[in-house]
Amino acid sequence: MKFIDEYQDSKLAQGLARRIAQHSTRTVRLMEFCGGHTHAILRYGIRQLVPKTVEMRSGPGCPVCVTATADLDKAIALAHLPDVIITTFGDMIRVPGSYSSLQQAKAEGADVRIVYSTIDAVAIAKANPGKSVIFIAIGFETTAPTIAASILKAQQERIQNFYVLSLNKLTPPVMKALLDSGEVKIDGIVCPGHVSVIIGSHPYEFIPRDYGVACVISGFEPLDILLCIDKLVEQIEKREPKVEIAYPRGVKPEGNRKARQLMEEVFEIGEANWRGIGIVPKSGLKIRKEYEQFDADKAFSMTLKPSKEPKGCRCGDVIRGAATPLDCKLFRKVCTPESPVGPCMVSSEGACAAYYQYGAAEDL
Amino acid sequence: MDDTILLAHGSGGKLSHELVEKRFLPFLANPALNKLDDSAIFEASGRLAFTTDGYVVNPIFFPGGDIGKLAVCGTVNDLAMNGAKPLYLSLSAIIEEGFLLSELERIVQSIKKAAEEAGVSIITGDTKVVNRGQADKLFITTSGVGIVPPGVDISGANARAGDKVLLSGTIGDHGMAIMSKREGLKFSMTLKSDCAPLNKLVAQMLEVSSRIHCLRDPTRGGLATTLNELARQSKVGIVIEEAKIPVKEEVKAACELLGLDPIYVANEGKLAAIVDPADANKILARMRKNIYGRDASIIGEVTDKHPGKVVMRTKLGPSRIVDMLSGELLPRIC
Repeated sequence: MKFIDEYQDSKLAQGLARRIAQHSTRTVRLMEFCGGHTHAILRYGIRQLVPKTVEMRSGPGCPVCVTATADLDKAIALAHLPDVIITTFGDMIRVPGSYSSLQQAKAEGADVRIVYSTIDAVAIAKANPGKSVIFIAIGFETTAPTIAASILKAQQERIQNFYVLSLNKLTPPVMKALLDSGEVKIDGIVCPGHVSVIIGSHPYEFIPRDYGVACVISGFEPLDILLCIDKLVEQIEKREPKVEIAYPRGVKPEGNRKARQLMEEVFEIGEANWRGIGIVPKSGLKIRKEYEQFDADKAFSMTLKPSKEPKGCRCGDVIRGAATPLDCKLFRKVCTPESPVGPCMVSSEGACAAYYQYGAAEDL
Repeated sequence: MDDTILLAHGSGGKLSHELVEKRFLPFLANPALNKLDDSAIFEASGRLAFTTDGYVVNPIFFPGGDIGKLAVCGTVNDLAMNGAKPLYLSLSAIIEEGFLLSELERIVQSIKKAAEEAGVSIITGDTKVVNRGQADKLFITTSGVGIVPPGVDISGANARAGDKVLLSGTIGDHGMAIMSKREGLKFSMTLKSDCAPLNKLVAQMLEVSSRIHCLRDPTRGGLATTLNELARQSKVGIVIEEAKIPVKEEVKAACELLGLDPIYVANEGKLAAIVDPADANKILARMRKNIYGRDASIIGEVTDKHPGKVVMRTKLGPSRIVDMLSGELLPRIC
């Protein structure tokens, strides 16, 4: 087992696709929550492989995309403060805010650095004692434990110049918000793989119970996703919605307790501002009072101009699953990866970037 | 303490001369260079190819090569991609104050080795030293001159519908080797750059066929970007098969881990060729006999449909668009 080719086997994939076609009688709409899934679905052409009865919609699972413009503006304003080094994950620097972007701030002289791990941000703080090093923390339950670990490390090593702007978000509460709004009819959810490694399968149980929507946790290889779709279609056909794990090599029902303990030690649950959705209660992570010396929100105060959304951009609709990138008038014409209007075209996990980069040959 | 480059090494005075005479000449010696005239004089007749490229790779030493080897191979390959036989190179080094002389020597030795393998001479050069912080250790620029044999007409604009697309070997080796070193991503497997001179491989391909239409080395932006360039330049469509593109297990694993697609990852010792279908198998067989082409395969063909676009049949069967790389290759977040 090399754990890659086995999950990309074309014969098995064709077989699974046939199986799905055989038992799919009703038209169903499935939402893949995670941007990583959207990319895999488009990259391998899974949309074309599944029967016409199965419609795939992407959801709000792209950390860069769901970051609200107001929060982005705050990060950009922090970058312009004197003696500040901004550290963040890759794509964040390219996302346009209301008036600028981190990339533009960098070009104007701000010190903005891409890191691959929060621990690298701590190391930068250690190496630059005269500067304030702020980590712009985005992501879901997958990344939150590592961010918590970086705060604990900074505390342990008595690093006084490390700060986190916590824009971390939680998955099940936003799923609830989407289902409550009733805007988009969803029959089943391809639940995120990496997030579920941490939280397990129990937090999704309210979805089949209260909303009658099928839930299957999926890995990121094409066969994982096809198996997940197969299970979702089966649940829907039998009208027996429940939570299933189609990614047992990564996800245990109880998740990763140790990682959650780290998260709970440092963060408490609060509201979060989601692009396209707005303020969702209990869907964000705030730094606890015990660790407030590391909280960039508390350490730096700024007055920000009111934020504004780019005209014509439908990222918000795409994030909610209310539209596909192809429904947006700007897509491919005005909005391209080179000059993105909204974050969904910037992020390597964004739906628009995936549709642009991996569009089906029929879209030509 | 190790000896380092001082600003005085760039003064034009004694130390500058010493730098050239002790650190470069002993390794790169040839009659034209040894004269140390302001320019090198050489004989040439026929159609000449001329190219230039700057090298700023970080880190300067990486598994499978270093900035010196890269500076020779890169320029040699640019000449070879037009079918030219590379002859002479110029080499200009911008060195940061404080750079270790021992490291400089390693790089010059590596330049010597790469030039010998490619069969080119470095006949003129220049060194400059800049203040600490004004360059990142060492920047090298090489220019190259080569002769295009009679009858050879290779250009990115020459692809025609029906042509076959050949790839000389595994993709993504160089980019992943650099990334693993640069980002301190500690992979347990060894990723090695494929950095190599391809001029001999190209000469051998030209020996068996005069119907090679396009050649290009998929460096930055990877295979996907190169094929898009060729499709646009020739105003044709290209269709490739994902399953036919060779990728080393370790590169596949590293890409998988970071959420990258190997078709966008840089190569420094690979070429894509678009050739007449009648000669494709003959060219492929010849490529496979060369060490730098032993994993060569036919990965697709040229079509008159969807001009300017590249379409790939994925491993699972369906087809999708393959666009150029946009922005930078960045690992996924979650």
